[in-house]
Amino acid sequence: MEYFSLTLHEALRRLDAGEISSVGLTESVLARIDQVEPTVRAYLTLDREGALRQAEQADIARGRGQAGPLCGIPLAIKDAFCTTTMPTTCGSRMLEHFVAPYDATVVTKLAQAGSVLLGKLALDEFAMGSTSEHCAFKVPRNPWNPDCVAGGSSGGSAAAVAADECFASLGSDTGGSIRQPASLCGTVGMKPTYGRVSRNGLVAFASSLDQVGPLTKDVRDCALMMNVISGYDPLDSTSIDRPAPDYLASLQDGLKGVTIGVPREYFSQGLDPEVDQVVRRGMDMLKEAGATFVEVSLPHTDYCVAVFYLIAPAEASSNLARFDGICYGFRDRSADTLSELYNRTRSLGFGDEVKRRILIGTYALSSGYYDAFYKKASQVRTLIKEDFARAFASCDLMVSPVVPTPAWKLGDKADDPLALYLSDILTLSANLAGIPGMSVPCGFSSAGLPIGMQLQAAHFNEAALLRAACNLELRAGVVGRKPVLV
Amino acid sequence: MKITRDEVRHVAALARLDLSGAEVDRMTDQLNVILTYVAKLDELDTAGVAVTTHTQQVVNAFREDEVRPSLPREQALANGPEQNGEAFVVPKIIG
Repeated sequence: MEYFSLTLHEALRRLDAGEISSVGLTESVLARIDQVEPTVRAYLTLDREGALRQAEQADIARGRGQAGPLCGIPLAIKDAFCTTTMPTTCGSRMLEHFVAPYDATVVTKLAQAGSVLLGKLALDEFAMGSTSEHCAFKVPRNPWNPDCVAGGSSGGSAAAVAADECFASLGSDTGGSIRQPASLCGTVGMKPTYGRVSRNGLVAFASSLDQVGPLTKDVRDCALMMNVISGYDPLDSTSIDRPAPDYLASLQDGLKGVTIGVPREYFSQGLDPEVDQVVRRGMDMLKEAGATFVEVSLPHTDYCVAVFYLIAPAEASSNLARFDGICYGFRDRSADTLSELYNRTRSLGFGDEVKRRILIGTYALSSGYYDAFYKKASQVRTLIKEDFARAFASCDLMVSPVVPTPAWKLGDKADDPLALYLSDILTLSANLAGIPGMSVPCGFSSAGLPIGMQLQAAHFNEAALLRAACNLELRAGVVGRKPVLV
Repeated sequence: MKITRDEVRHVAALARLDLSGAEVDRMTDQLNVILTYVAKLDELDTAGVAVTTHTQQVVNAFREDEVRPSLPREQALANGPEQNGEAFVVPKIIG
């Protein structure tokens, strides 16, 4: 077995046992990247020299008995996290040459844990999209079928993990942007509770919905990453000052005493029959593990897409006002006046989907429409949140598909924004309610494409997700199944 | 509720975006599809329902007002598309 194909925890074990060095591990992953990156196209920036230098330092630290929890492990991150050592483009012409003056808190935490940063991964421009096709530089492919989308917006983060181009990655999830690509590429992906992980240094899309989380090869790796990135950060005033548990402790075999809710509305219209079948088989495995199932209802599910696609663009239109060609990023130099400079810079610097969302958001917030759109959506958001509170009164967690279908062909939904928005229906509500959600590999379609199971729990109950996830993983038999890329 | 081409132009101006004629046409069509869809929220009676703008009960996160080092000017200016070592440079505003 090649080193690059190991899980993160297995690589750590071998580092601890002295069977391999971090330099050896990093060289193995870099060789893997050389081999498969022309097909997968996940990396926007690859920092070979920097990675090998960090690996050498990790080996020294380990030799001195100063190994952090991720010491010597090569990782990569979505190109939406600020880094001082390489550009942060957000997949946009607007930030093509931007090098941030500070590191995101999670980047610092990964570095302090001793990990090696390989590079930055492709995403939809400013994390707006469900396929990563809105990246201005490179569109990542699904490692299981390179004609298919990797999902989005953290498409590069999922594709790189699935293709063994890093041991784990970080993504951000505003309406499913970690869980959806994780499901389509067959990796584990967790969106923690809003406030669990610092957003400081994550380029903002929709501030009341954005959350940072890991994409990993298995559930144990997810717990390891969560242990490192969770926790209060005074630099993020929305992070919650509440101690994070040891997530490894939640990985117990057996689900006796656990009640799992099945939200009726998540298994209705538009669900691909193979997705339905695979997820129901996964539910049987959780039952075998000892869980009890109850039906629950989230009656406002049908309104989630409408609420999300008003609130998220409204917040985005405000957040993206800062890109004006003055302090950083692209500037159109042909303008004679300040207002021409603003308009031309933004018109040339932003891509189509970003403009579309800025327009929706600006409209929804504009005089005369604010009550009908933004306020109305924010009220329905309350009803959605209350649905979850009611449902979690009778269950510990909820199970559902992540995406209504397996991965689709590149270009398939490119001309129909609403069709694409509707494919997010099963993941958006977790962000609207602020609860944690997770995608766990559950099975495959007849065409060999991965299908994930979504688990959702009440605020700060990530441990329940990890416990159920590891029980599914133990029984689903999909760990170790890899895409054929060469 | 239909959005008109003129309204799209007005919203684009508010958002500091220049749209070509073809872009205005395309965005008008697409925004109408999306706005027609989101109008389904009108099915719900939300009279008296509080708004949710934030899912966690956090209060303002204040810190002590202490003097601390800030980003050095050189670093703050480093990404400026045009700067003179002291400030960001913009086109003349007052003629």
